Amino acid sequence: MALLQVEALTKRYGGETLALDNITFDVEPGEFVGIIGPSGAGKSTLLRCVNRLVDISSGDVRFDGVSVPTLRGAALRRQRTRIGMIFQHYNLVNRLSVIENVLHGRLGYKGTIQGILGLYTEEEKRDAARIIESLGLSEQMYKRCDQLSGGQKQRVGIARALVQQPKMLLCDEPIASLDPNAAKIIMDTLSDINRTTGITILVNLHQVDVALRYARRIIGINRGRLVYDGEPERLSNEQIYQIYGSEAGDLILDLRERYAA
Amino acid sequence: MQPDIFQLRQRQSALFFVLLSGLTYGAILLTNYDVVQGLTAIPRAFVWATANFIPDDEAWQRLPRILDKLRETVLMAISSATVASALGLAVALLGATTTRPHPWFSPPARAIASVFRNIDVSAWALILLFSFGQSAITGYFALFFVTFGFIVRVMIETIDEIGTESVEALRATGAGYLAIITQSVIPACLPQLISWVLYMIETNIRSATLVGILTGTGIGFSFDLYYKSLNYSSASLVVLVIVVAVLLIEALSNAIRRAVL
Repeated sequence: MALLQVEALTKRYGGETLALDNITFDVEPGEFVGIIGPSGAGKSTLLRCVNRLVDISSGDVRFDGVSVPTLRGAALRRQRTRIGMIFQHYNLVNRLSVIENVLHGRLGYKGTIQGILGLYTEEEKRDAARIIESLGLSEQMYKRCDQLSGGQKQRVGIARALVQQPKMLLCDEPIASLDPNAAKIIMDTLSDINRTTGITILVNLHQVDVALRYARRIIGINRGRLVYDGEPERLSNEQIYQIYGSEAGDLILDLRERYAA
Repeated sequence: MQPDIFQLRQRQSALFFVLLSGLTYGAILLTNYDVVQGLTAIPRAFVWATANFIPDDEAWQRLPRILDKLRETVLMAISSATVASALGLAVALLGATTTRPHPWFSPPARAIASVFRNIDVSAWALILLFSFGQSAITGYFALFFVTFGFIVRVMIETIDEIGTESVEALRATGAGYLAIITQSVIPACLPQLISWVLYMIETNIRSATLVGILTGTGIGFSFDLYYKSLNYSSASLVVLVIVVAVLLIEALSNAIRRAVL
């Protein structure tokens, strides 16, 4: 059975602007899906509809058999613990240490008092330390996050998502603020996580070449509409034009040819 | 044709000076102000002030009593600033876009803040005189209200500026509302909060002196008492003590600020 089912998903902002228009697709467990499209196409909104950081106007999103649009309170929180999220700007508390930021990923499992006081069990701390080590950040474990480089911050973001023990990771432009080296490390890390743990990954990207290289399935979005859903190998030039419009499409194809040569 | 902008500016400044001179002359006529006598009196005023400003032996004997009053005023300034800040932070959390429980909370929080902040501390003291009479309570609440309004206002802005991204990340992990506040918003905003509270303590010590004259309490009352009984040397010692106290507190809070930020 599909892990994520998106059915006729529509999102309107302020009753007028149509951010997502009747989007339907399924994601099987263990897939690595790249979502591509120009800025403002609705990629971020799509991810945020899955974990309900934004409300859904109409249609249905089912994750692991649970219908998301009507979830509230504790049930919504429980659902969110099973989905990790990674952000373009890392969204860490910069004044806190790496391990404190990573442990934030456990807050969804806490009762009110434990959550307010930030009480974590020894097991949770060991688990967090293990994940931090596996991402190559053991030396930074007790450093404040504002002392880290962009690539290191993003790995802290990934660690925070992983201590949730999620079934799926939503990655919203995870490499858009990183230099090429750090970007490669992050994409390799995500690819590794997907291969070794089987966690399903949905990643928004605006670099088509990166998406084609890492994702095993591409979803193309333009102006809130799903315009491509399939293997990266079958994404044709016409479809790239359709996703990005003619001028940007020219540039992307130009680059693609140059790298291929 | 384009009018000459430099000529226009010249004409504007000429008009401004003509108007200003006219108003000044009108005011002098209306108040029967003698310009020559007014200017020649300034040196005499300085001579008189220096002659009476140096505290004599009698004044120094009153120092313990004056310091006792100073202690009362400083403690009142600190207690009103800290308690009002705690309450102000709570209201700011309800009013800030990032942390409000519902969009309806923001307009009343902002309205309360601007009412309390825009009424001057001396005006609050006058209003509260009706309720509490000439007592320390009147001064305490006058300082309390102004601090409260100020802290609500600046913390709403700080929270929305600093907290937004990490709040989104913690919501995505399924963390509860109060855990998000204590684990992410407050740690992120703490340096700014401390800095503003220190600023309000400094401000309150200055205001408390003035408010004390109105409410008959603290060091302001000492000054009023000595001054009105023509005991100028004691009154000037009070002024000197206040100046020293304000400078000390400012140096101290700057040191704390450097350590925290």
